[in-house]
Amino acid sequence: MKTAVLKSSLRNRKRIINYLKKHWTLYLLLILPIAFFVVFRYIPMTYILIAFKKYSIIKSVWEMPWADNHGFEYFIKAFSNRDFLYALRNTVMLNLLDLLVGFPAPIILALLLNELPFKRFKRITQTVAYMPHFLSWIIIYGMALHLLAPTSGLINIVLNRLGFDSVPFLNSPTHWVWTYVLLGVWQSVGWNTIIYLAALTSIDPQLYEAAAVDGAGRFRMIWHITLPGLRPTIVTLLILNLGRILSSEFDRPYALGNPLVKSVSNVIATFVYTNGIRGLQFSLTTAVGLFQSVVCVIFLFAADSLAKRFGERGIW
Amino acid sequence: MIRSKSTRIGDWIIAFVCFLLILICLLPMLNIVARSLSSSEAIIRNEVLLWPKGLNLTSYRFVLGDSTYTWSLIWTAILTVICTFVSMFMTIICAYPLTYDRLIGRRFFNTLIILTMYFNAGTIPHYLLLKDLGMLGKPVALIIPNCLSVFNMIIMRSYFYGIPESLRESAEIDGAGPIRILVSIYLPLSKPVIATLSLFYAVGRWNGFSDALMYMGNNRKYYPIQLLLYNIIKSITSIDVATQEGFTTPGLSDTIQAATVVFATVPILLVYPWLQKYFIAGATLGAVKE
Repeated sequence: MKTAVLKSSLRNRKRIINYLKKHWTLYLLLILPIAFFVVFRYIPMTYILIAFKKYSIIKSVWEMPWADNHGFEYFIKAFSNRDFLYALRNTVMLNLLDLLVGFPAPIILALLLNELPFKRFKRITQTVAYMPHFLSWIIIYGMALHLLAPTSGLINIVLNRLGFDSVPFLNSPTHWVWTYVLLGVWQSVGWNTIIYLAALTSIDPQLYEAAAVDGAGRFRMIWHITLPGLRPTIVTLLILNLGRILSSEFDRPYALGNPLVKSVSNVIATFVYTNGIRGLQFSLTTAVGLFQSVVCVIFLFAADSLAKRFGERGIW
Repeated sequence: MIRSKSTRIGDWIIAFVCFLLILICLLPMLNIVARSLSSSEAIIRNEVLLWPKGLNLTSYRFVLGDSTYTWSLIWTAILTVICTFVSMFMTIICAYPLTYDRLIGRRFFNTLIILTMYFNAGTIPHYLLLKDLGMLGKPVALIIPNCLSVFNMIIMRSYFYGIPESLRESAEIDGAGPIRILVSIYLPLSKPVIATLSLFYAVGRWNGFSDALMYMGNNRKYYPIQLLLYNIIKSITSIDVATQEGFTTPGLSDTIQAATVVFATVPILLVYPWLQKYFIAGATLGAVKE
């Protein structure tokens, strides 16, 4: 009995050694990527401790003294910091508006493109609509400025000529929020249709033929065939977006923002940049970043389990 | 299928909406090109809409004569090429071994990598790490810290999965090792996805500015084009705020600013149509769930 176990484990070990002999080069290939992840993704996680410690430029992370209030001093400070609370509110507000306006937009566009009978024209529309996705937010801001500036912007010139007053698209907080959201739609709506258009190709064309025979019009077909066909994709993307409600982009608010609209354009990412890298309050901003990361993970899991409860596949 | 009259009217309405959409996408670009080609007087008089007035190339000459701007364009081009090569190399050598089902430790490696997608340490820890590594202010800070994207690696890996395993097995029987199989079978078969991901990485680098903003400090020599552009636009904007309050009038500065934006956009618009057929395939591949 014992010898048999020994023999099989010996055989096992032999097999492993054999495999490693043949495939050791695979591990050689993996060295660099794994080193990358350890150094640039996992080692930074040890720096998270700074959120619970008094930052000191001359000491290592381990040697720094613990912060007051059992180490939670900086979390308390963050939540009594007016700028941070505004940033938190703005992050959630801008993300919600993005979701409200930006989420249905590509679905509607995909439905339109799907109904478009002129194949060549459809391709041209797609080519043009995907393009803004490849422009940086700096470039978009440059373009937006020439389009929306109060006196010299294209739209305001036209408005003035038609006898209307100028609209302060970029300079008044309320207008800025909508400009921010609509520019986001402008940049991403085309690109985001790709995934829906791909899902549409998997709908059985026989369904449409059968519906046509039954006398269904365009809207009934969209309602009863196309939209149900898109449902899994819509739900999955909705969960992902709900999970990201507290995550914040940096490029977009930072590029589009200006001192006049600071009260709405300051989000968590820009708060961390200005108070951390600029303002050198490393402990406070690390705490803010940690809070954000943890909440994001929790939201993602919550959204996922919610989707599973509704009978969808979820995201993993 | 016979289409009724009302359906045909519907078709034309949809086509019209799509036409409007094309206009909305193109108008901002036309506007800025028109401004970059116009005379500053026409701009001040608010005459320029979508067509240049007082056509001239002064602003382009000015921008091309500015050594900071031209150097930044060249440097960003060099940086983009380097980054794309480094990133593709890393993506391939990361994705390939993970396609071996029997690789010992594969699950561990996969988990290690995927976890970083869901939880990241945050801006400040990354910044402090680079500070401790002595990378701040050096060009390498723009290349290494973000050279491997998990998302792109997953796209690469699922493409590799799509290559029939029988090809690999027959090569193994012929005595080829893993690296040989990668180079002479997998890579030649993966050209579309390599093109797509290269495009993603290249566009990301060309458009990226936040890492430079955070990591490059005052080392202006290595500012990529987007960061320089940001500084140009913001400094002129503050003049614009001043003009609202009646100090100076913008004119030449406006056309120059438009020209700088055009220059930074052109490289992307040049490669975009050629690679379009690849990236659509790539973008849908990314949606395939693992």
